[in-house]
Amino acid sequence: MAENASTSPEPTRRDFLYLATGATAGVAGIGAVWPFVAQLQPDASQLALASVEVNITSIQRGQAITVMWRGRPVFVRHRTEEEITAARGVQLSQLPDPQSDDARHKANRGQWLVLVGVCTHLGCVPIGTAGDFKGWFCPCHGSHYDTSGRIRRGPAPRNLEIPPYEFVSDTSIRIG
Amino acid sequence: MSGHSSYIPKSGIERWLDVRLPVVRMMHDQFVSFPTPKNLNYWWTFGGILMLCLVTQIISGIVLVMHYTPHTSLAFASVEHIMRNVEYGWLIRYIHQNGASMFFIAVYIHIFRGMYYGSYKEPREVLWILGVIIFLLMMATAFMGYVLPWGQMSFWGATVITNLFSAIPIVGNTITSLLWGGFSVDNPTLNRLFSLHYLLPFMILGVVILHVWALHVSGQNNPTGVEPKSSKDMVPFTPYATVKDGFAMVCFITLFAYFVFFNPGYLGHPDNYIPANPLVTPAHIVPEWYLLPFYAILRAIPDKLGGVIAMVGAIAILFFLPWLDRSKVKSARYRPLFKQAFWVFAVVCVGLGYLGAMPAEGLYVTMAQILTFYYFAHFLIILPLIGVFETPKPLPASISESVLGPKTGASTTAGAPAAPERN
Repeated sequence: MAENASTSPEPTRRDFLYLATGATAGVAGIGAVWPFVAQLQPDASQLALASVEVNITSIQRGQAITVMWRGRPVFVRHRTEEEITAARGVQLSQLPDPQSDDARHKANRGQWLVLVGVCTHLGCVPIGTAGDFKGWFCPCHGSHYDTSGRIRRGPAPRNLEIPPYEFVSDTSIRIG
Repeated sequence: MSGHSSYIPKSGIERWLDVRLPVVRMMHDQFVSFPTPKNLNYWWTFGGILMLCLVTQIISGIVLVMHYTPHTSLAFASVEHIMRNVEYGWLIRYIHQNGASMFFIAVYIHIFRGMYYGSYKEPREVLWILGVIIFLLMMATAFMGYVLPWGQMSFWGATVITNLFSAIPIVGNTITSLLWGGFSVDNPTLNRLFSLHYLLPFMILGVVILHVWALHVSGQNNPTGVEPKSSKDMVPFTPYATVKDGFAMVCFITLFAYFVFFNPGYLGHPDNYIPANPLVTPAHIVPEWYLLPFYAILRAIPDKLGGVIAMVGAIAILFFLPWLDRSKVKSARYRPLFKQAFWVFAVVCVGLGYLGAMPAEGLYVTMAQILTFYYFAHFLIILPLIGVFETPKPLPASISESVLGPKTGASTTAGAPAAPERN
């Protein structure tokens, strides 16, 4: 091939065959690897667990319950007036991940806070009504969240995640 | 080191095999007649001990798999089944569980021996890099094995470690999801970690073979760091090294047996005897002791991505050690400044291990930050500078001279005053 290249400036048929064979083998290789990577994704049985309905009538003000959703805990917290006031009184500039309290609950349902109970640092479950801001406190590496589930201090980079959910009625929510 | 073979087939069968597959010749050349520096001390026996550890883990592990069930609802109970019902199950599991710790004790001694005597320097850079790869594979294997009993520490350790990958920008969450096979650590995670836990030891074995190959090309380093000059510096591997390795293995097995029979839970964590509960995080998560220094580095950086980079960097920097240490002199025996820096570094590593076990608050965090800084400074500042400013002590002309003293007269006196200090 080197001889061909030095004698003729034009690509030869053999060059074309090498490139075409190489390209075909490359595409086939990727195609063969694809299923072996794709099988790592969440399977159908995992995806099937993706929705739960929760009755919230029994949760008193100041209380919270934990439900399982997609293998992870979800906090449903019935906030007191003081907690809501505290969450609303925070300047956005003080927050590492700025987000207003209004953006963290459904419209006109400020007393209900629904959060994925997984610390955004390394995935531990934070403890409720604890920490310096009376929201949540993660015991693993010391992240403090406020009563809106927003990160205030510690290594966690983001606010507690809000799962997709909706109010089916005044007494029931569907998560997922 | 791969001189001509001294193997002479004794029987007809050996002669027949030798011209078809000279495997007996290879074993003879590599493990019987292989020339070994005659001044090796007991710190050199840990290579053989590590081979023993790997074989022990593979054999005990294969047996455990015959009784273990990799499912979130059955794994914990199946481990207790091994402990209570299976004949000698308690023994085999304790061997495997404590064997992991013993493996790491041996590998840390082996690594620090290499650092002290400059075994990573030319011409052994590839040998060193293969060793670091083995160390990485060992950590991955040990972590995955710790997940399998599906106790609280298994579950939350797996959660924290897999979440480390979510710190990677853009693709982090995708990678974490592929590790989990779901939305959190769950049954698919347990199954894939189990599969990989079975695979990785054999990958370790493969890299170990390359490691030994590289070792037998460059030859062993020795406590003087002076390359062998003649056959007078060497003794055959068998019986000299085999017997010395064998004696060290017996001592090591004695310590191993103490943990297995008299203190099997000492190196573990009691929380792992609580079945995994995805809704409750233990108040104080710690990894196994051998990962604590790296855990301390992770927590010392008050930023998620930064912490992960520092932890990975703490291991990755070992790959570059052969080029960070600028000194041509290998052994710390002849490097007064390096010797001090080495011991400070060793204490810093132990200190990081201690801090990794403490809660991440107050003074502990500050101390971890200082020691983390020193850890990196040792490699990036101290070692390169020492290489420039240090005046090494005079090296012996040969290994023989370091043992017997310089040849001044006809009769050489053992332990002559001019011989370099021993440690």
